[in-house]
Amino acid sequence: MDYALQQLLNALAFGAEYSLVALGLAVVFSIMGLVNFAHGEIIGVSAYSVFLAAALGLTSPFVAVLLAVGMAALAAVVFERVAFRPVRYAPTTTGLLTAFGVSIVVQNLFMLLISPKPQSVSILNGLNQMWFFGPFAVSSLQVMELIVSGLTILALVLFLNRSTLGLAIRAASRDFATVRLMGIKANRVIATAFAISGALAGIAAVFILARRGSVSPDLGFGLVLKAFVACVIGGFGSLPGAAVGGMLLGFIEVGLLVALPQEYAGFRDALTYAIIVALLVYRPEGLLGQRIELGDKEI
Amino acid sequence: MLKVEKLVVRYGAVTAVRELSLEVGQGELVALLGPNGAGKSSTINALTGLVTPASGRIVLNGKNISHVRTEDRIRAGLTSTPEGRHIFSNLSVGENLRLGAATRRDPAGVRQDIERFLSLFPVLSERFGQAAGTLSGGEQQMLAIARSLMSRPKLLLLDEPSLGLAPKIVARIFDFIGELKAQGLTLLVVEQNAKQALRFADRVYVVSSGTLRYDGPPAKLADEHGLFNLYIGG
Repeated sequence: MDYALQQLLNALAFGAEYSLVALGLAVVFSIMGLVNFAHGEIIGVSAYSVFLAAALGLTSPFVAVLLAVGMAALAAVVFERVAFRPVRYAPTTTGLLTAFGVSIVVQNLFMLLISPKPQSVSILNGLNQMWFFGPFAVSSLQVMELIVSGLTILALVLFLNRSTLGLAIRAASRDFATVRLMGIKANRVIATAFAISGALAGIAAVFILARRGSVSPDLGFGLVLKAFVACVIGGFGSLPGAAVGGMLLGFIEVGLLVALPQEYAGFRDALTYAIIVALLVYRPEGLLGQRIELGDKEI
Repeated sequence: MLKVEKLVVRYGAVTAVRELSLEVGQGELVALLGPNGAGKSSTINALTGLVTPASGRIVLNGKNISHVRTEDRIRAGLTSTPEGRHIFSNLSVGENLRLGAATRRDPAGVRQDIERFLSLFPVLSERFGQAAGTLSGGEQQMLAIARSLMSRPKLLLLDEPSLGLAPKIVARIFDFIGELKAQGLTLLVVEQNAKQALRFADRVYVVSSGTLRYDGPPAKLADEHGLFNLYIGG
């Protein structure tokens, strides 16, 4: 029972983390058609900011969390302003290549300016403790991951459904030109989408730091690939799809970890992707994606 | 109110609009007629700034807005209901209307305007919470016009309001356009459907192949034969 509960929590926590990062990718993709592979470096900027602040004497974990989220949002907005805005109306491949370029440049900056080796960050370790509920021992980090992700997604849903800017982001995912005809500034809609995307990455960075206790230049890259897969499962550009896809990916991974005998553990990733491929054969548009006719989306 | 001087719009090697000049006075309803591909929509898109003209001047209320961004042109009191309606199909009817008022800072006034349009078009009231994509074509056109009016424009550009709609519904929409004019709104209506467009027009421009072919009162165009010739460029 204890084991089952632990694995369930594992799956939920992994899923929540994938969902946060996948939502960040999906918010930007839905309005700009840009797969932001530099999203992992936003997580990197966030984590290195905490590392530097701690090195300079910061001790409050609370301030560290605010810093992580704030710096991630800022990094995302700066990436957009400097790198993506000049190629906004260029073909989508240009945007994709730009994103890879930003990713490589920023990773190399981490290596040159800080170190290619992992650096220890202990300021957030306090988040990762064991909590005991009667006979059950659970990781405080995983519980928090689940609750914080849930609240974050709720806040995002409220924002997208209640505020004018949120409505504009949803509308822009289909028809950006007409959103501009409403007098809504394109730059503002896009900057907001990037800021949201960055803040979500920052929250994920907090959890990664608390779990690993260290930061390295390639910190976010692997996670962004997972988040990309989560978006594909859910239907690219669909926000509910990204959240559901992330959760499902977490469950598939942990499920295989539990179900596969030790000697077959090496096949885990292969099996994960085989399941996803099988799923896409039946639903090529993803679980919650919509088949959008080319003519439905106006650029 | 609006003055366009020698507007040229090019898409690559193709010239869609050739040195088009037109004027719309305060309180006027001006019709811009012409066959498919004449450059009417390109003209409208250049006026709102969604396409950048190769040359020419656009003056709104004495101010040259040729290099002003779309968003700021809307804030200056110009708006357009685009061809094909372009309602936000994934948003509800109510959310579409709210976005139309995005530039306004008077929530009470916005609510009042929404109420007014809902009583004017009861079907929008019935479908208020539903995705706008589920509306019929005519209902979508009403929503699109209402959404444009939510910004309280001084000048409304209507691009093919009759497109793809049944004659009865087209007549209703033009009745409404007539009411808007009676209320003092200035309108530039782009149409292929000359008969409806001429019902309330003060003046008419006819374009074909991007060039102005006629400029004058609608009465002279009433002769269907003359209109036909203009359309085919005879």
